Amino acid sequence: MLLLGLVLAGGLYSLFAPHSATADTSSSDLVGQGHQLFLVGCASCHGLNGEGILTSNSTNYGPSLVGVGAAAVDFQVGTGRMPLAQASTQALQKPPVYDAQEIQALAAYVASLGPGPAIPDSKYTTASTDPSVISRGGEFFRTNCTACHNSGGTGGALPSGRFAPSVNNVTGAHIYEAMITGPQQMPVFPDTTITPQDKQAIISYIRALNDQPQYGGNALGKLGPVSEGAAAWIVGIGSLVVASVWIGTQGVRARR
Amino acid sequence: MSDQPHHGRDEPGQEPAREPGNEDALDRTGQQPGDPIPNPGLERHQPRPTDIDADQQRRAERQVSALFGLATLLTLGFCVAYFAIPQDSSFITTSASNLALGLTLGGALVCIGVGAIQWAKKLMDDHEIVEMRHPTASSPQDREEALEALDTGVAGSGFGRRTMIRTSLMGALGALGLPAVVMLRDLGPLPGDTLSHTVWAKGMRVVNDVSGIPIRPSDLPLGSLVNAQPAVIYETGADGEPRYAGTELLAVKAKASVIVVRMRPEEITPPPGREGWSVDGILCYSKICTHVGCPISLYEQQTHHVLCPCHQSTFDLADGGRILFGPAARPLPQLPLGVDDQGYLIAMSDFPEVVGPSWPTMPQDRTRT
Repeated sequence: MLLLGLVLAGGLYSLFAPHSATADTSSSDLVGQGHQLFLVGCASCHGLNGEGILTSNSTNYGPSLVGVGAAAVDFQVGTGRMPLAQASTQALQKPPVYDAQEIQALAAYVASLGPGPAIPDSKYTTASTDPSVISRGGEFFRTNCTACHNSGGTGGALPSGRFAPSVNNVTGAHIYEAMITGPQQMPVFPDTTITPQDKQAIISYIRALNDQPQYGGNALGKLGPVSEGAAAWIVGIGSLVVASVWIGTQGVRARR
Repeated sequence: MSDQPHHGRDEPGQEPAREPGNEDALDRTGQQPGDPIPNPGLERHQPRPTDIDADQQRRAERQVSALFGLATLLTLGFCVAYFAIPQDSSFITTSASNLALGLTLGGALVCIGVGAIQWAKKLMDDHEIVEMRHPTASSPQDREEALEALDTGVAGSGFGRRTMIRTSLMGALGALGLPAVVMLRDLGPLPGDTLSHTVWAKGMRVVNDVSGIPIRPSDLPLGSLVNAQPAVIYETGADGEPRYAGTELLAVKAKASVIVVRMRPEEITPPPGREGWSVDGILCYSKICTHVGCPISLYEQQTHHVLCPCHQSTFDLADGGRILFGPAARPLPQLPLGVDDQGYLIAMSDFPEVVGPSWPTMPQDRTRT
């Protein structure tokens, strides 16, 4: 009975408290709307107030969202990784569940939980076509990104069935947000070590890499020696075998 | 050469199919009387349709010349494409110019090749021709003559008699081997102890690779990774030129590149003696794999593992760079970190261990989980 009373009281509080705290500014409206969406779509794993839920063996059921910032929400929800479709080795990209306005509201609510990285300014997430910027971005990309994401940006394998996803066809804002928030196994590359200008250079380099024609013909997914070797052995050597069989066959003979 | 019978070859135009049991043929194949397998001879020749049907012959002729004609057109197409297609134009994401040049020239070569084979298979004379083996040795007479000439030369030159000339000539020829040995020195000066040292030294700042920005501990949020370098490679000498440039810079970076990571201090289990090597959970390790020296920064922030993409050696950065998996034989070398009076991260010494690839005489640590 006591438990029921507590649950009821808590439920009623969570229902009314945000409303009573709502001021009539648009940003508070956004936070309130975000909180409503959060209670419906996110709270079952991340807790009613985004404080996270621990499993009985103290691992994260859903991690705390205090201090992850608006950028993390915009990345995770904007690329469809959250809400999680199922618990697996890693969250997969899928069509986003929420529309842009709802994502903005969720981001505003999570940002209100504690200070964290904000959604980046669009002037740093728009690719530049200046060759000097692209070339500088290439240096940063090759130093910091290619270890996991491949020199073609197509991603690669990580231990235990995890993988680094392709960075091609990802929006500049999402690339930027991934760098400052470090989703899943990706480390954080904060603005203090790789400046916003440097991050914009990286985004510009990735765009330039995608936009240039492939001079070597079909790049076979830009996966390197595995796909190229498979093509050489199966298609290349296969056609050589077919050609040598044709050369070696005696052909039709006429009976006299 | 002589006209000895065993040097004889089949005359051109000789009838190709030899009857089995022909004594001469048996002798020429080197078959001894009593060989278990008799010379099987050749099968009876079967003509092809093109040999007996004039229509088929003309058809094959047209096919071959069509292929050669197509090759000519493709080659001309190559020349046109070379000038007509701009280099940076694309066709379904590939380079239109390279695609057209490759298809036309490759197609021309394939057409010439296929035409030639088709010509040989359909129209060229296909009678089998036998060419018998013959011994590769010269005739006894030739060999005797050669030995005689050699003896005459040796006697005439006095090579056996004039021992002083002979010995000095042998000495001169032997000495010619010395430059070949001495020039091995050009493979480089011996490494000495340079393999055991890097440019890291006490007080040298740890800076961002590419940008050269120094790092404060407060710059690094949890889970962050910095690909870093020693500050000295961004410094200029008294003459205003960079301290290191060209191949020297590469040699320095090849040993001194590091990765800086930040994790919760309670997650770190430092090996004995390394308790003070981190700053608030910030650790610094060599970026060079101890297996064969690939640069590794494939860092998983949640597991604190770093994986080498070349041979999958995996190191645990929270546990002193211990080897978890793979062919690497030594843990990843750690650089002791400190903070200077302006609050920037610095190295407290050079790497106490050898960085980079291991070699067989090195002490190895194969402890695994």
